[in-house]
Amino acid sequence: MIGLLVGVPLLGAAVLLLGGRRLDRSGHWLATLLAAASFVIGAVLFASMLGEDAESRAMHSKLFSWVPVEGFQADVAFQLDQLSMTFVLLITGVGTLIHLYSVGYMEHDPKRRRFFAYLNLFLAAMLLLVLADNFLLLYVGWEGVGLASYLLIGFWQHKPSAATAAKKAFLVNRVGDAGLAIAIFLMFTTFGTFAFAPVLSAAGEAGEGKLTAIGLMLLLAACGKSAQVPLQSWLGDAMEGPTPVSALIHAATMVTAGVYLITRSGAIFNGAPDAQLVVVIVGAVTLLFGAIVGCAKDDIKKALAGSTMSQIGYMILAAGLGPIGYAFAIMHLVTHGFFKAGLFLGAGSVMHGMNDEVDMRRYGGLRKHMPVTFVTFGLGYLAIIGFPGLSGFFSKDQIIEAAFGKGGTEGWILGAVTLLGAAITAYYMTRVMLMTFFGEERWRKAPTPSPAEPDVEPAAETRGAYTPPHPHESPKIMTIPMIVLAFGSVFAGGLFKAGESFVGWLEPVTQFEHGHSPVSATAVTAATIVALVLGVGAAYLQYGRKPVPALAPRGSLLTRAARRDLLQDDFNHVVLVSGGTHLTRSLVYVDNKVVDGAVNGTAASFGGLSGRLRRLQNGFARSYAVSMFGGAAVLIAATLLMRAV
Amino acid sequence: MSFPLLTVTAALPAVGAVATAAVPAARRTAAKWLALLVSLATLVLAAVVLIRFDPGGARYQLTESHAWIPDFGVRYELGVDGIGAALMALTALLIPFVIGAGWHDADDLEGERANRRWRPTQGFFALILAVEAMVLVSFAATDVFLFYIFFEAMLIPMYFLIGGFGDRAHAAGEEEGAKQRSYAAVKFLLYNLAGGLVMLAAVIGLFVVSADSLGQGTFSLPELLKARASGDLAMATSTERWLFLGFFVAFAIKAPLWPLHTWLPNAMGESTAPVAVLITAVVDKVGTFAMLRFCLGLFPEASSWATPVVLSLALVSVLYGALLAVGQRDIKRLVAYASISHFGFIILGVFAMTSQGQGGATLYMVFHGISTAALMLVAGFLISRRGSRLIADYGGVQKVAPVLAGTFLIGGLATLSLPGLAPFVSEFLVLVGTFSRYPVAGIIATAGIILAALYVLVLVQRTMTGPIRRPEIEKMPDLKVREVAVVAPLVALLLFLGVFPKPLTEIVNPAVEHTLSDVQKKDPKPQHPVAEHAGSDDKPAGHGGGDHE
Repeated sequence: MIGLLVGVPLLGAAVLLLGGRRLDRSGHWLATLLAAASFVIGAVLFASMLGEDAESRAMHSKLFSWVPVEGFQADVAFQLDQLSMTFVLLITGVGTLIHLYSVGYMEHDPKRRRFFAYLNLFLAAMLLLVLADNFLLLYVGWEGVGLASYLLIGFWQHKPSAATAAKKAFLVNRVGDAGLAIAIFLMFTTFGTFAFAPVLSAAGEAGEGKLTAIGLMLLLAACGKSAQVPLQSWLGDAMEGPTPVSALIHAATMVTAGVYLITRSGAIFNGAPDAQLVVVIVGAVTLLFGAIVGCAKDDIKKALAGSTMSQIGYMILAAGLGPIGYAFAIMHLVTHGFFKAGLFLGAGSVMHGMNDEVDMRRYGGLRKHMPVTFVTFGLGYLAIIGFPGLSGFFSKDQIIEAAFGKGGTEGWILGAVTLLGAAITAYYMTRVMLMTFFGEERWRKAPTPSPAEPDVEPAAETRGAYTPPHPHESPKIMTIPMIVLAFGSVFAGGLFKAGESFVGWLEPVTQFEHGHSPVSATAVTAATIVALVLGVGAAYLQYGRKPVPALAPRGSLLTRAARRDLLQDDFNHVVLVSGGTHLTRSLVYVDNKVVDGAVNGTAASFGGLSGRLRRLQNGFARSYAVSMFGGAAVLIAATLLMRAV
Repeated sequence: MSFPLLTVTAALPAVGAVATAAVPAARRTAAKWLALLVSLATLVLAAVVLIRFDPGGARYQLTESHAWIPDFGVRYELGVDGIGAALMALTALLIPFVIGAGWHDADDLEGERANRRWRPTQGFFALILAVEAMVLVSFAATDVFLFYIFFEAMLIPMYFLIGGFGDRAHAAGEEEGAKQRSYAAVKFLLYNLAGGLVMLAAVIGLFVVSADSLGQGTFSLPELLKARASGDLAMATSTERWLFLGFFVAFAIKAPLWPLHTWLPNAMGESTAPVAVLITAVVDKVGTFAMLRFCLGLFPEASSWATPVVLSLALVSVLYGALLAVGQRDIKRLVAYASISHFGFIILGVFAMTSQGQGGATLYMVFHGISTAALMLVAGFLISRRGSRLIADYGGVQKVAPVLAGTFLIGGLATLSLPGLAPFVSEFLVLVGTFSRYPVAGIIATAGIILAALYVLVLVQRTMTGPIRRPEIEKMPDLKVREVAVVAPLVALLLFLGVFPKPLTEIVNPAVEHTLSDVQKKDPKPQHPVAEHAGSDDKPAGHGGGDHE
């Protein structure tokens, strides 16, 4: 039954890829149906799980022995507990909605069948990741997610930028994957196994140094998939993929994997405070990094991408807090899944009505033209900034409280960072909202290239003589998923918070402790609301009261750096790309001239043997025969000599 | 006397080679079909070898032994352990694909010369079958001298395959192409001959030593191993080391190991894609196989002594090969350097001296053969369409030939060891096995998986994606039926063995245990071993999950 969760979408991917053109007309429905089927299976399992006691809810199923080598046992075996269940419902639920939306969004794409095959593959890989009962099988899902994202980000691979972005995503992720591989090696040499149950239950027996090493390697892996500093650079470029892909990557799959990994390996991190500290620092840095980048982007998808990075930063930070934070990390992950998916689908809907324009400076006043998109996007917006009563408010508030609860100076710093992040979130999301749906209808005028990103070409339709777009609401197949997600954005948080039901649900897996916050919960909530008001207010003053210039102002040094993603690519380029290019070029030279040269030189010095042989090409068999006979002669001589003595 | 299955398996392609060569000039197509049928029949026999092989049985099975040159103790002795059986199966498996992919490779040589007796098609396929026969004997030989003869003899048909039937797609014109081809062939031959001569000296030395301490010199591997184990065959430390070096250098050239690798890019670049597959996926495996079978078994002390140096060279190979692959402009040379990186992994696994490392290395030999065949053969189809090996001459192929691009991508993903495809299993085992004894080496080698992603994805990006910039590509046809028939089974195998490698690991495991006991090594024990995770089927897992109460 658990295997079916993975198998159903995997089957879809296989059928769609191998089925050929026959499936061009129906393939997308088949894929959507299979995603929904996977959700139904998940829901059935969920219902049966609810019928059990909290302590005995985990289910196991072993399919077969995968790699049996002396001392090394890897099984294809699944484990479905409360943590995996949460992910399964999120992945299949949001995933199905995104499938449905894509039916409309990709309607005219000639490669639609392949697109849906990849979507199904993405779900299957992500489900495998969260259902595996050992780290090696998790690794398969982990890289499978990387493959699916590679295929989807590069889906429009006739565009060089898309192909480059896909390659970059895979490569940056591979660095993280190497970290996961090393973590598995360490587990194997420490515990002799890498299955969850034995490793996590024995984690306490290993020394702190070992656990710290494993923890840091797991963190490296998480940084790759979850786009945390220093492996964050692929996320922004990944916007080259079709918008539903962005929704899938940012809400239901991929970037959440890192949070899952750290939460799942909680027993290891609990025994390694140093590793936890690094996790917290990475989360804090990323949450500010992403938020700052989000403020500076004029591309609606890239602004949302910055926001994802920042929100995942919150989750990683919470996960780094240990048992006081795991449950909240996952809770924010789920609510974020709703509103971020909603926001991306909303952005896609806007682009759909605006000839694929992504520059918000060429939007404006769209609320009248696309009311459903406006309302659903608006609810997502209110949720992400943490408007009291909506999903994001409950989940983010809990993380801020837990950050203070870490205690000591660290607690104060973390609390302050999370509050600051909340203010910046309110600022940049309000900016997106105002620039897109309010103000003057700037799209009526001919565009000028954005100086922020001069290399980004305007959409094909806007080149040449300018015909203003005709913004319109998207078809129902696209708006219905948006409406469903909006419901989630509004109510999920309150539902989870009510009676601490979410924390109680996860507690058997992740454990739960109350932090010792030096400030009262009420004070934290009040501070959060103040941060929210400050952020919204600042954005309103800048973008609501004044007209938005069609050309981005030059901006301060920080703004300009933020537009370039805080120079991440410049750094990578100087350090890795050009350094690497020089290295490979010089190695190619060395190999040809030095290593091979030495060989040729040696050959030549044997009396110009190579040259002579080259002239004697036709006599090779002969010269070979001569050398064989020579060898035989030596052999016989040696034997005779042996007999003589 | 039982049926000489191994002899028949190896002799069939040899007979087939003679028969193919004898087909009259006018009946070229018949020669092709004959060669294909012979290779398929050999595959059936090799499959029988695999099935008849009993993992729980004796170390060497299906043995045959006949006196050959009694004066020198040379015997015709065959027998396979799990490693040999697996590699025989790989060889027999790949040859039909090589033949199928090279179906038209000799066609344009027809009519090149007025001489009626010139029959390139017959020659091409006969040579391939000849190589197969010799490689099969090498994997089955348990007599050192017998092995040596076939190890050397396979150079002759390989030489003609590289020099006579090489790649016609050369940027600098036909004449320059011919020059490069013969240079590559000569280099291949001389390099390997040099290694062979060193080995011959060591083979003689081994005979002398055995004659010295056993009274009667022998080349029989089982006898030598028994004498080593019982202490009857004593060697001075320095003698053992010299003999080890003699064997090892020859195998390291064949494998090839840095810095003895430079013949491979030339040979693979200049030969046609199927022949390149024959070199890297089949012939080179004899080198790594022989390290496991002869170096470790006969010279355990010297093997341990050389381990640090060998591991370092293997690590250099892994990274160096990968970095050079990144810097290549020629598709086939890129695959060649990628292979050098992969051979580094194999040798790393062999000399890590752990069950996982050596088991992984053996699987690696098989899986690398399949994955490189898939990538290289599709690359060959691509090159034959455009007539150029330069990466820069492509771009946007995906748009006009999606099946070609898709299979090329799968071959590439196998090369970068994506989980789910077979090479992942072997690469991970090698890395785990290396890490458990040499953590630093394991970590350095892990960097190789990042570089592998780099060279594969850059290759895919530059050839397959982007806009179409050249008119030749706009008209490029997608894979034909024959080509799909060649690639599809390879892809299916990569997937199947990636998910279910168990049949192969079961055969390989006992052989690895024997080899490890030859060198008297035991796997490092985990520091905090977890008692058998028997509970994993019913016990809930979780944090500090020791919830036994």
